[in-house]
Amino acid sequence: MSTSHPDKPKPGLLGQLADFFDDRTGYRALVHEALYERVPGGARWRYVWGSTLVFAFLTQVITGLVLWSSYSASAQTAWESVYYIQHEMTGGWLLRGIHHVMAQAMVVLLALHLMQVVIDGAYRAPREVNFWLGLVLMMLVLGMALTGYLLPWDQKGYWATRVATNLAGLVPLVGPSLQQLVVGGPDYGHHTLTRFFALHAGFLPATLVIMLVVHLSLFRKHGLHAKQPITKPDAMFWPDQVLKDAVAMLAVMAVVLGVILMPALRAMLDGRPIVPGELGAELGAPADPSQPYAAARPEWYFLFLFQFLKVFEGWGATGEFFGAIVVPGLTMAVMFLMPILGRWNLGHRFNVAFTLAILGGAGLLTALALNEDYCARWIDPATFADVRELHEKTEGDPAKIAAALGNDPGKIADFKKRHRKWDAYRHSQAFLDAAVQAKVDAERSIELAGRPEKIPPAGALELVRNDALSQGPKLFAQHCASCHAHVDPAAAGASALLAKASAANLFEFGKAAWMRGLLDPKQVAGPAYFGNTAHKEGDMVNFVTNDLTDRDTWKPADIEAVIAAMAAEAGFADTQAPPDLIEKGRTLIADGERCGGCHKFGDNDMELGSAPDITGWGSKEWLVGILTDPTHERFYGDSNDRMPSFGKADEGAMPLLTSQQIGLIADWLRGEWYRPAAAAH
Amino acid sequence: MNRHQGNADRGQPVSGGPAASGRRNFLAEFAAMVCGGLAFLAPVGAGVWMFLDPLRRRGAAAAFLPVTELSGIPDDGVPRQFPVVADRVDAWTGFAAEPIGAVYLCRQKGSQTVEALSATCPHAGCFVEIDKAEKCFRCPCHNSRFTIDGGIVAPSPSPRAMDGLECQVGKNGAVAVKWQNFYTGIAEKVARP
Repeated sequence: MSTSHPDKPKPGLLGQLADFFDDRTGYRALVHEALYERVPGGARWRYVWGSTLVFAFLTQVITGLVLWSSYSASAQTAWESVYYIQHEMTGGWLLRGIHHVMAQAMVVLLALHLMQVVIDGAYRAPREVNFWLGLVLMMLVLGMALTGYLLPWDQKGYWATRVATNLAGLVPLVGPSLQQLVVGGPDYGHHTLTRFFALHAGFLPATLVIMLVVHLSLFRKHGLHAKQPITKPDAMFWPDQVLKDAVAMLAVMAVVLGVILMPALRAMLDGRPIVPGELGAELGAPADPSQPYAAARPEWYFLFLFQFLKVFEGWGATGEFFGAIVVPGLTMAVMFLMPILGRWNLGHRFNVAFTLAILGGAGLLTALALNEDYCARWIDPATFADVRELHEKTEGDPAKIAAALGNDPGKIADFKKRHRKWDAYRHSQAFLDAAVQAKVDAERSIELAGRPEKIPPAGALELVRNDALSQGPKLFAQHCASCHAHVDPAAAGASALLAKASAANLFEFGKAAWMRGLLDPKQVAGPAYFGNTAHKEGDMVNFVTNDLTDRDTWKPADIEAVIAAMAAEAGFADTQAPPDLIEKGRTLIADGERCGGCHKFGDNDMELGSAPDITGWGSKEWLVGILTDPTHERFYGDSNDRMPSFGKADEGAMPLLTSQQIGLIADWLRGEWYRPAAAAH
Repeated sequence: MNRHQGNADRGQPVSGGPAASGRRNFLAEFAAMVCGGLAFLAPVGAGVWMFLDPLRRRGAAAAFLPVTELSGIPDDGVPRQFPVVADRVDAWTGFAAEPIGAVYLCRQKGSQTVEALSATCPHAGCFVEIDKAEKCFRCPCHNSRFTIDGGIVAPSPSPRAMDGLECQVGKNGAVAVKWQNFYTGIAEKVARP
């Protein structure tokens, strides 16, 4: 320790500096103590798990701190800032990817570390306290995983967290208050995010660091629990064990990077372009409390708990309480008792069996959960065709089913069994469809967020809610599809859909092709136009089938001119068409002897009321008008067939649709929505 | 070690030393703990005080909210989903007319009354969907199933039937629903404050 040893030559400048600090801190002894720990029986691979966990944690600290420097926890900025990290910041996808995948690796490493400690009996005296600390550390890590899932504030995290926090409400006595404290109020919002973030990046890691320091110092105090029998001579921690640890850390990191980069490799092999934003952690559509999310699932390492809740089907509230609180609580209690039980040989065996059973059970439940969700991928629905047919024929009435099966108990039991399987198939298919929809919604949100105008201050959700491509199909399905079809007539299965519809097919409404179909005598009274409406034998059908087929008045070129002019009214004029074609069509339409005999068009002499005004037909303004009130004299007036006035309401009542929603439907029907520049070319 | 001695090595007698009375020691220890404790009380107390703030926050009081018009609900006995729109406050942000949830409304043939069910699953709070093929409700999260009028289909993870909501039909046909959230996962239907 002394600087003035008589036998030693005076050290150089660097040595003097080192001496200066060592005199005042004694760091050499500390470093020596840290590195020259005796490893009984020499360095071994089985001792690396603890070190890889420390490494994983440090990786999370490093990546987490940098993510923190770009993250903004609020309901209008969380998704937006994560979008910016993932899709716009240099290397953001890699950093977030490492943080996301390493979190999962940490859970796996925890399971391995725990399993090794239990199997080796390393929890026995005097290491009980350290085992308990390890369990606390495990819960802290799982807590960080749970809280981190919400932070991007996407649909997936939002709905999964709703379930998790609702379960917290089941804790006896304090449940509802606990839930309200965690959520940060009566409803999910800003304070849910700020609290989860404070837990994720503050409370939990700070506690973890303190616990980890104690865990490691206790580990050093007791020394390494060597696996017996020892056959090799002892070695030093540095460099023998450190080398093995470092190799293991490198392997963990390689796996993490491999998981992140695998899709890039696949894209490269398929010759597809690599989009860095799509690598690493995914980002769903922004959280929307009013939009159901059927693909809500927790992160895979919590899937077994998710599945476990289904085990208690039929138990009612008791089952919920049992599955979510009692069983996990008892399991943790048993684990805390392990060091005590392990004093006896039988107890130790029980501990090993218990740990393996828990891990095996968790694995089994995870497999079950995955099978329930994905089984439609490998089950052929054709095998249930008869079940489905019988079910539809009998409308699911058990008495009718029994009668159809000749009241044969064997056949009925078999039907029930296969019906359950069919049910499972449909369940899985619904999940897969929801997952596809979630992906479509996510991609569209990201596309919208990438507009040159950027995200408005009200957040990305406003972009999605005002996007005709996202909202149009949903609004159409809810308000229009009970009568109208929206299907490409050339598509497979279109005729069945058209036959079911009771009003016109609105696919490509306003375009020349739609108008050509309307003016086709073979189609006008068909299901795609007036066939299933009150106008089936109306004036228009009569006109198209009789007048329009009179080749003396209507030359095919005249009809084409009318079609071109009508498409131009909708704003879909064919730019390749000869310039006078549209003008010619307009003159024909306005003519009192032709279309103008019923329809008002521009400033022709027709009065409103006999047939819809077709000035600006198919334009957004025209569509908004007819959706708002088809009974207006500008449109169908008294002869309106069933179509609701979506935008009109009596004094004090609420219209069926807001003007914003009507505008979205009109835009969607017209195919008008934001398209990124690259795709438009 | 001659130049950099720690305080303890300075060789001065410790105040009081072993001769000091036990009572004086006790007083010093007690005072030290009280002073230290008091010093920490302020930040910890203030922290806990603010941390518990969400407990005194209440959601919007249950109120009848206009949802749609009677003509918007076909009288075919098939429930239809409608968004519930209301002003919403999220901590410091106020939203005007935001969708805050969804209800299923159902009208029987020729009836002028409407049945309303909350779309929130009473099991764990997911969004219940309608299964047209099976003519039932189904929750996509844990497979809870309900009959078309919201009754429970056994065996179900859900501890109770879907939550019915009070529904009023005004003279002008306006349909209003008393919007409430209920605690999930318990057998009784208890409204959240």
